[in-house]
Amino acid sequence: MTPVADSSRRSALSAQDVSLCYGRRGSSRTILQNVSLEVRSEEIVCVIGPSGCGKTTLLRLLAGLIAPSAGEVAFRGAPITRPRRELAVVFQDYTKALLPWRTVTDNIALALESRRVPRHEHQTLIDPLLRQVGLDRHADFFPAQLSGGLQQRLQIARCLAQQPSVLLMDEPFGALDAMTREVLQDEIMRLSVASRTTIFFITHDVEEAIYLGDRVVALAPNPGRIAEIMDIDLPRPRNQLTTRETPSFLRCRHHLRELLYTLAA
Amino acid sequence: MTRLPRGLALPIAALIAWETSGRTLFQPTDTLTRPSAMAAALVQAGMDGSLVQATAETLAGAAIGFLIASVLGTAAGIVLGSSRILGGVAGPTVELLRPIPAVALIPLGLLIFGFGVRMEVMTVAFACLWPVMTVASAAVKGIDPRLIEVSRTLEIGRLEQALKFILPSIFPRLFVGLRLAAGVALVVAVTVEIAANPQGLGYRLILAQQNLRPDLAFGLLTWIGCLGWVLNRGLVGVERRYFWRFAPAKRNA
Repeated sequence: MTPVADSSRRSALSAQDVSLCYGRRGSSRTILQNVSLEVRSEEIVCVIGPSGCGKTTLLRLLAGLIAPSAGEVAFRGAPITRPRRELAVVFQDYTKALLPWRTVTDNIALALESRRVPRHEHQTLIDPLLRQVGLDRHADFFPAQLSGGLQQRLQIARCLAQQPSVLLMDEPFGALDAMTREVLQDEIMRLSVASRTTIFFITHDVEEAIYLGDRVVALAPNPGRIAEIMDIDLPRPRNQLTTRETPSFLRCRHHLRELLYTLAA
Repeated sequence: MTRLPRGLALPIAALIAWETSGRTLFQPTDTLTRPSAMAAALVQAGMDGSLVQATAETLAGAAIGFLIASVLGTAAGIVLGSSRILGGVAGPTVELLRPIPAVALIPLGLLIFGFGVRMEVMTVAFACLWPVMTVASAAVKGIDPRLIEVSRTLEIGRLEQALKFILPSIFPRLFVGLRLAAGVALVVAVTVEIAANPQGLGYRLILAQQNLRPDLAFGLLTWIGCLGWVLNRGLVGVERRYFWRFAPAKRNA
């Protein structure tokens, strides 16, 4: 990916000098301070940082779930004032983000219903999604009957059914075992290429951030602010075994881990 | 159903003791009766149609009032539970109206509606409204905010949000409120009939008392008790049969 191609791409999401404070004047707490960030179309941007640095808050701002105290968040140049279907959010706590009374199929259908897709077209749209995330044998299961990995796949499938241009993912694989996590990482990268989706991905795992990202944003805590933005020049498609062993990957990992140790200290 | 026989032991033993003591120790009087006489009186009332008619009248009054209260109470509970502003505005008024005994509305109901089903239905509805509304609004406040955020990211409208997210989420707790209200409905319907409305089982009870028929009065009491039990079992059955999937999800790792 050359810098020329990058600069020619449109901005998908942007934060301009965004700050967020809680509480009234006097006793207010600053969660994020003067964060400026641009996520380009079809890019994968990963965010890492010590806990309490405002990663999730930044995602919620970009999703339109909360409004900044100062500055502006924008989607394709237009201010974000409320959540919208083009910005799909994959929450970390998938159990709470699924409707337990709806089957796998019906949970995905929720996104179609919100798009006012006629009911008779649902099945033809849901079937490929089920195959894509590997849930085709679980179409009539309820979420509680699925393993954590499958539940998170279901949430991702529902988000894809929104036909979003951006996927905002908040530590989506944090609660999953290592093997499932790596399989889902590869699936997410495949999806981003296939459906040309922009991805904003929060993680506490440095390796995951490097493996997935075109760029990695490191946040510093107290108050949350951008410490560094690092370009990841690893070739794609990436491979769980070989990519993670390349000198370039290890250099990135060394640098970012060093940075995180400094930030957390 | 294995627990049922054990639960039936006590009432059956009581009935047998009552029957035998009534036959050996006491003579039937204006106030005392025997289970066999109660059963005979009930059967007779059943044969001449008066029991069926009275039951239908009471159940209709209770059921219609209960349904009105269920719909209104659930809707109001959802609105008051989801909006902190509206909840704050309406809360004190609700707390002011709620302690009014439904029975105290009978004179007013008589003035407005006169004798008949409408007065009974409105009194029952008033009494049932509060448990449903209180439970619904508390349940709405207990919904995980994440679920609401999902509906927001999908740009789902307020009404759709209430029907597809909020209502199913509160079903398990709402059902507890509905069962409470169903019990209240039967109590209030019979009370209204005893106090004012010349129809239904309550009125039959008053007639039995005025005609010095303790057998019929006790029989009707037993009958009303059975109705309440069947009503509750029916609601539990409906909940298990149709609403099992709304039970809170277990977390799978």
